[in-house]
Amino acid sequence: MKTVFEYTRGMRPVTTTYCPGCTHGIAHRLVMEVLVEKGLLGDTIGVSPIGCSILSHDYMNVDMCESAHGRAPAVASGIRRALPNKTVFTYQGDGDLASIGAGEIIHAAHRGELFTTIFINNAIYGMTGGQMAPTTLIGQKSTTGVDGRKKEISGMPLRISELLATIDGAVFVERVALNTPANVRKAKKAIEKAFTVQQMGLGFGLVEVLSTCPTNWGLSPVDSMTWLEENMIPYYPLGNFRCPEEVK
Amino acid sequence: MEEKKLMKGNEAFAEAAIRGGCHLYFGYPITPQNEIPEYMSRELSKHGGSFVQAESELAAVNMAYGGALTGHNVFLSSSSPGIALMQEGISFMCSAEIPVVMLNISRGGPGVGGIQPGQADYRQATKGGGNGDYHVPVFAPASVQESVDLIYDAIPIAERYRNPVMILADGMLGQMMEPVTLPEHRAVRSEAELLAEKPWALNGHGDKRERMVIQSLHLKPEELEAHNMHLEEKYQSMRKELPKYQIKNCKDAEIVFVAFGTMSRIVNEAIDQLKTEGITAGLIRPITLWPFPEAAFDEIDPSTKVVISTELAIGQMMEDVKSAVAGRFPVELIYRTGGMVPTPMEVARRAKQILEAIR
Ligand SMILES: Cc1ncc(C[n+]2csc(CCOP(=O)(O)OP(=O)(O)O)c2C)c(N)n1
Repeated sequence: MKTVFEYTRGMRPVTTTYCPGCTHGIAHRLVMEVLVEKGLLGDTIGVSPIGCSILSHDYMNVDMCESAHGRAPAVASGIRRALPNKTVFTYQGDGDLASIGAGEIIHAAHRGELFTTIFINNAIYGMTGGQMAPTTLIGQKSTTGVDGRKKEISGMPLRISELLATIDGAVFVERVALNTPANVRKAKKAIEKAFTVQQMGLGFGLVEVLSTCPTNWGLSPVDSMTWLEENMIPYYPLGNFRCPEEVK
Repeated sequence: MEEKKLMKGNEAFAEAAIRGGCHLYFGYPITPQNEIPEYMSRELSKHGGSFVQAESELAAVNMAYGGALTGHNVFLSSSSPGIALMQEGISFMCSAEIPVVMLNISRGGPGVGGIQPGQADYRQATKGGGNGDYHVPVFAPASVQESVDLIYDAIPIAERYRNPVMILADGMLGQMMEPVTLPEHRAVRSEAELLAEKPWALNGHGDKRERMVIQSLHLKPEELEAHNMHLEEKYQSMRKELPKYQIKNCKDAEIVFVAFGTMSRIVNEAIDQLKTEGITAGLIRPITLWPFPEAAFDEIDPSTKVVISTELAIGQMMEDVKSAVAGRFPVELIYRTGGMVPTPMEVARRAKQILEAIR
């Protein structure tokens, strides 16, 4: 019989504690599949900052360290300077990366640090129970904005990929989504390229992954996918913002 | 090879860290320690190390954590407000058991304060400005030479306990020129030697072992309590193994001063001045501020009239002095603050007034 699907050895054989319909599991698997296929699993160090995915180190079969909220890019910079021949990545939420850690991600990109960031944009603070993130959409309800986000009070949602693409050191920037099988395949391709850029020493790479948070959005897993497609993608357009010639 | 030189404090401190084996340095400009990042930016790469000018002290301390969790030695320096920003990382590294050596060339506070020497970071350094049950050993040198020696020695101490270690030196020490004997370069360890010595360090599992995790989060309270008790055992060992102090004629002294760093140098001269006036005075100079060298206070002669905490801060160390004296002698305070440094004459005069009031 032909094997058409295998559980990647990049993931540890344990059950995750993520909520039903949360896309963290898919994103984890894509990153780990890429590392396995590139033969990098044994030479990789991951950084998991505070957020629902801090426990990703329970699931990902690579050496990992936790970091304080938002500081993963600084921690990864330190690791990469110490170990110039290893592969390093951060896996960060949108509260983590776009709010408390905005300074660290901008300056890691600005220095052209040789690591890869997987940026999970679920438009909300998951772990702390559904507060507004810088990425929360206009009108989207959160526990710190029960009537929905208002521009006059909180400004417009922050588009991180567009912002980072203006920084020279961020040589690979792409936004993907996990709402359909086709988009999941595209996401994997982008993640693969981002790691290639790191391997080739070309600069910093980031993949923004539009993700769901059914629990804090108050939607079913299926409705969450629809909500992502109808609300997030129009504001956060998918596609590549920067890609070096070498990996095109 | 050892080497004798006339050097500015800050440059000597950076050189001591390099000779001690620090491989990575992360820093952000702040007076009065700017010569340290400047020196590191020039010199560290010559020894195979890396220098990064961080975007903030917050980033610097987190870079230090990242660098050190690979087993490589990391050195950090800053001054008071910068050290305040680093508190998140200090608490985190204590929890994750990651060793680094950090130097505070302290200045007057609070807030931005000033840029002249101060010792008002005593409480921040010894009691911790970060959250949780943790401690950081704090060494307080009184000369450029002693700073160099303490920085060099702090590196294996941090490694042994897997905990950050701080050197608290004030701006005066950073800015002064003094002759120093620089220690010889520690042997460079290969990556394999480092990993053999530090089996906890992350380097990728190489498909040869289970993946390893360095963590600080313990969601189950019983696990966190057990972890904190494990840390507390280390702190208990530090309390036994680390206290260090110097004592000067406490035998028949009427006055015993307690002073560290720059202030202890001024007190030494004040003691000579008092002697010419027929008053005998001694000095306890804590070299570790945490653990505080309580045993030193058992050496005070029962005939002593008063113990005087002498500080460039408003009685911060006095709290520890009182606790060590434990009611055996009256404890008084002489201080200047905000970057003001007293003259030996001023200290002698105020000490005499205190003594006369007690007599
Ligand atoms: C310094 C600090 N501030 C606040 C928190 C509380 N906190 C923990 S997780 C989190 C939000 C994480 O949200 P996000 O980064 O969007 O990740 P998600 O949980 O949605 O995956 C916050 C605010 C913290 N741990 N540390």
